[in-house]
Amino acid sequence: MAAGVSKNNISVTLRVWRQAGPGKPGGFVDYPAKNVNSNMSILELLDVVNDELTLKGDEPIAFAHDCREGICGTCSLMIDGKPHGPNQGVASCQTYMRSFEDGAVIVIEPFRAAPFPIVKDLVSDRSAFDRIQQAGGFITVRTGAAPDANSIPVPKADAELAMDAAACIGCGACVAACKNRSAVLFVAAKVSHLGLMPQGQPERDSRVLAMVNTADELGFGSCTNQGECSAACPKMISHDFIVRLNRDYLAASFRSAFCAHAAGGHAE
Amino acid sequence: MSLIGNLFCSTVGRKFLMAVSGLILVGFVIGHLVGNLQIFSHPDKINGYAQFLHSLGPLLWVTRIGLLIAAVIHIWAAIALTRTNAQARGTQHYGVNRWIRAPFASRYMRLTGFVVLAFLAYHLAQFTLGYASSSTFKGHLPEYTMASDFHIFGFPAVEKGHAVDDVYSMVFYGFQNPVISFFYILAVGLLTIHLLHGFQSVFHSFGWYSASWAPALRAVTIIFCIGFFFGNASMPAAILSGWLKPAQGTNVAAQPRTALNQAP
Amino acid sequence: MAKLDSRIPPGPLAEKWRRHKAEIKLVNPANKRKYEVIVVGAGLAGSSAAATLGELGYKVRCFVFHDSPRRAHSIAAQGGINAAKNYQNDGDSVYRLFYDTVKGGDYRSREANVHRLAEVSVNIIDQCAAQGVPFAREYGGLLANRSFGGAQVSRTFYARGQTGQQLLLGAYSALSRTVGQGLVQLHTQEEMCDLVVIGGQAKGIITRNLVTGKISRWAADAVILATGGYGNVFNLSTYARGSNATAIWRAYKRGACFANPCYTQIHPTCIPVSGDYQSKLTLMSESLRNDGRIWVPKRKEDCKKDPATIAEEDRDYYLERIYPSFGNLAPRDISSRAAKRVCDEGRGVGESGLGVYLDFSDAIKRLGEDTVRERYGNLFDIYHEITNENAYRTPMRIYPAVHYTMGGLWVDYNLMSNLPGLFVLGEANFSDHGANRLGASALMQGLADGYFVIPYTIGDYLASQKPGSRPSTDAPEFKQAEDSVTSIISRLLGAKGTHPVSHFHKRLGHIMWHYCGMARTREGLETALKEIPKLREEFWATVKVPGSADTLNQSLEVAGRVADFLELGELMCRDALTREESCGCHFREEYQHPDGECKRDDANFAHVAAWEYQGAGAEPLRNVEPLVYEAIKMSVRNYK
Repeated sequence: MAAGVSKNNISVTLRVWRQAGPGKPGGFVDYPAKNVNSNMSILELLDVVNDELTLKGDEPIAFAHDCREGICGTCSLMIDGKPHGPNQGVASCQTYMRSFEDGAVIVIEPFRAAPFPIVKDLVSDRSAFDRIQQAGGFITVRTGAAPDANSIPVPKADAELAMDAAACIGCGACVAACKNRSAVLFVAAKVSHLGLMPQGQPERDSRVLAMVNTADELGFGSCTNQGECSAACPKMISHDFIVRLNRDYLAASFRSAFCAHAAGGHAE
Repeated sequence: MSLIGNLFCSTVGRKFLMAVSGLILVGFVIGHLVGNLQIFSHPDKINGYAQFLHSLGPLLWVTRIGLLIAAVIHIWAAIALTRTNAQARGTQHYGVNRWIRAPFASRYMRLTGFVVLAFLAYHLAQFTLGYASSSTFKGHLPEYTMASDFHIFGFPAVEKGHAVDDVYSMVFYGFQNPVISFFYILAVGLLTIHLLHGFQSVFHSFGWYSASWAPALRAVTIIFCIGFFFGNASMPAAILSGWLKPAQGTNVAAQPRTALNQAP
Repeated sequence: MAKLDSRIPPGPLAEKWRRHKAEIKLVNPANKRKYEVIVVGAGLAGSSAAATLGELGYKVRCFVFHDSPRRAHSIAAQGGINAAKNYQNDGDSVYRLFYDTVKGGDYRSREANVHRLAEVSVNIIDQCAAQGVPFAREYGGLLANRSFGGAQVSRTFYARGQTGQQLLLGAYSALSRTVGQGLVQLHTQEEMCDLVVIGGQAKGIITRNLVTGKISRWAADAVILATGGYGNVFNLSTYARGSNATAIWRAYKRGACFANPCYTQIHPTCIPVSGDYQSKLTLMSESLRNDGRIWVPKRKEDCKKDPATIAEEDRDYYLERIYPSFGNLAPRDISSRAAKRVCDEGRGVGESGLGVYLDFSDAIKRLGEDTVRERYGNLFDIYHEITNENAYRTPMRIYPAVHYTMGGLWVDYNLMSNLPGLFVLGEANFSDHGANRLGASALMQGLADGYFVIPYTIGDYLASQKPGSRPSTDAPEFKQAEDSVTSIISRLLGAKGTHPVSHFHKRLGHIMWHYCGMARTREGLETALKEIPKLREEFWATVKVPGSADTLNQSLEVAGRVADFLELGELMCRDALTREESCGCHFREEYQHPDGECKRDDANFAHVAAWEYQGAGAEPLRNVEPLVYEAIKMSVRNYK
């Protein structure tokens, strides 16, 4: 086979969730797509379908996307019942048409959860994640007040594990995949990343309490330890970070009850 | 929020309570199994053991109330979390629902929980309270006379010649009914599936789990669950199949064909 | 004519910034909360600025068109961030970083700004490490470094291949903290559509809420634009699809000068276009060129053949042939241009004919597949994921792609544009990279501007403004700006045309790529200057934008951005045409050394060209800011 000159075109039907706006009724609409280049990403196919809809005078399908290289976390399609499509460890923008059979009916829906209300068609509002971050997903450091970067060594193993957690792109696939719509993998990734760094210790307790309690207030569900979140995660964030979160949360709860000044900072 | 607030109101706290109460209940079912397996030994053992438990008096009630609280917390946490989760799912559901990798047992926790709860009610009615199958309830059977001294952990508990409830016969009669035995085995099977996910989940919810010993935990869980199922199922299976013969001196040996539905 | 006062402080180069900080005006802490500052954009520069200004006590509003500040395209930077820490003890210093950056920029950047950048680079690393950015570490727990192009020292800090993401998340966490504390008001999915200028000063903006379509007026004492680069003029680039020039372009049309718009950096090793549907080009690390050999078939007829069937003598290893001493490691711009040339000759490979082979078969023979896998495994995986081809068996195909724009709104030493009150940070301004940016410098500049420059320099301007003198949004200038925004929207929705927006964007991209891309000629640029206005006219006559203005309408968003690109593209070509020299990434074929290197004309073009809008249809005015080098002697850039 000559590189790049393979012509392997397929025909598929996109069964797409259409919804005019928040709270409006929605339903599936079929869009046949013929002669689709299998090296096209599913977002590029939506671009093509949208151009056709535009020319026909129909309203194009709204879908969230931006960087198209799997790092910004904007794209958020539920494809055939799995966030981001059939492959592991990729975002929707990295799902190529060669992952589908010729003649397939591909069901595309938005990420659904009560805290992720649908804005339009395939776009849902994930600003709840920002709210969780604002509650405690940070290390308080005034600009300019930082000590020399090498004055606080970080054991390599901790730095690597923190980096594993920090790889989260905040797309919300974990919530979409969880039958309880729990945000716990997202929260766990953030809490673990900062909690593993020596710099993150002073606010460790207040951070975990505030972030978990905020996620609860926003209406996310609870973890049932099924691992669907990690399986759907485009960055394959490990489920083990949730264990770390539970430990931190319980320890912080007990410490705040029994040790004076244990959970100061932003827990309130 | 306070500690109580964090434990009772947050999702992580509620999962912790569910884990603690679940662990207590697991402890109970293990003890229960070990006690009951004495049916394969001389009737003195199980009958003496039952007599010993009754003789504990207030301590028995403390334990019972403790178990009841654990069960109530376990069920309350399940209901509360289920409601939270239903709200989190919202009103619009996916057109395509599928599992990615959730373990089989984890998908049916609520179903297995419900059946186990129903079974528990029947089980208590049958063997503890005597509402069901009352003709063969221990309180309605002639008492059993201990053939030898019964010791527990080496301490004397019940003396030879003492007349005690004939728990042995009650169990034997109960499991001679194929319907009851079948329901019992089914319920134990579902409870095993419940534990298959629940037991490991306890470690997650406690935040005490490490990838380095996760495979060992998995193995221990599976071995435990297999042992638990076969231990429990062995009793009705042995009785129903006639493999286990009634022991001398018990009611069931004297009157093997007591009509089970006959009024006392 | 705009007055371009660079306001470079006097004194020796190394003393300028310290002295300037000591001498500029300050705002009294009690007065800070009386000033309202608007920050548009929340990438590295925007979030760091918003967080820091909020922390200082200013009332800050931060606007982003994304659904969350964490989505900004800073997130996609892979390689690293430079800082003159000299942790490696390899002779690095602030001066060396400064020198490397000025030389890398081919002596077209402002000396004083670059020196300041090098000075504050060390603070950035401290700040980010304190925020918990998980930088790579050595076994002892101290920070690790790697080396990067254009430098002889190891000064690049990194976090796996996700340095941009981790730095952005650090700045985002700082921003989130100030938002949570109520110090910064965050407005997501709110796109800036116009700048409001009152009495010659920037005093507010007009935004459109992308979800509800609501147009809003926002008054402020100062406006900061940190809206990134404009590489999407080319349609296909390594930029995010949403990256756009609307904020800076509309500020330009309100009087802010646009400096050096033609300086566009092109990265030689990207995965080529595979079809007309393509929306995005993905970068592959340049390190691949260490072991891969670049070639195309000698004959056009062979281009569609399986490369394995093309005999050795029928292959043209053109870099090795033309540049025997450097071969496949020829500098970025040279190898990019060579690839374009062979493809223009019709010898490009792949479906589109826009690609060259990067062949690892010799390396695999020499080193073994395992060694190659060890060195480049993750890159081969990315390549496989995108193209479904196994580069261990068949050669990779690569092609250059646009990935950074050094030009941007003109700013002075305080990062203030010629419109007082308008500040421009990060890639959106022009100041630090000259005609070419070195690797791992973009992250450095974004954070330097946001954390360590603007917090000082904005005070100098605000101190000159009476507290509470901020105009009301009822001022006629606000109404006029809002009317202009709504008229653009209704014009777009009203054009009942025949072509989707993407049609025009692709065509503009083709024109720009051909005539204002890697290699430019007078003739080509003149052609482009004829074609772009025609295309623009066609756009307004035949574009079709469905839907309405009062809901989420992505077609409308894109249409507005492409309309701006259609104007900006023309300015880029105009700038490229009038800069009659080659420098850095601006390569005019007429001006080159015999070896194909850029031939600068320091006598006539050692200046910044800052374009000033003169109204629709009128030719913009080319203002000039001379570049004076006090500390460095300009020389021919030479990496041989």
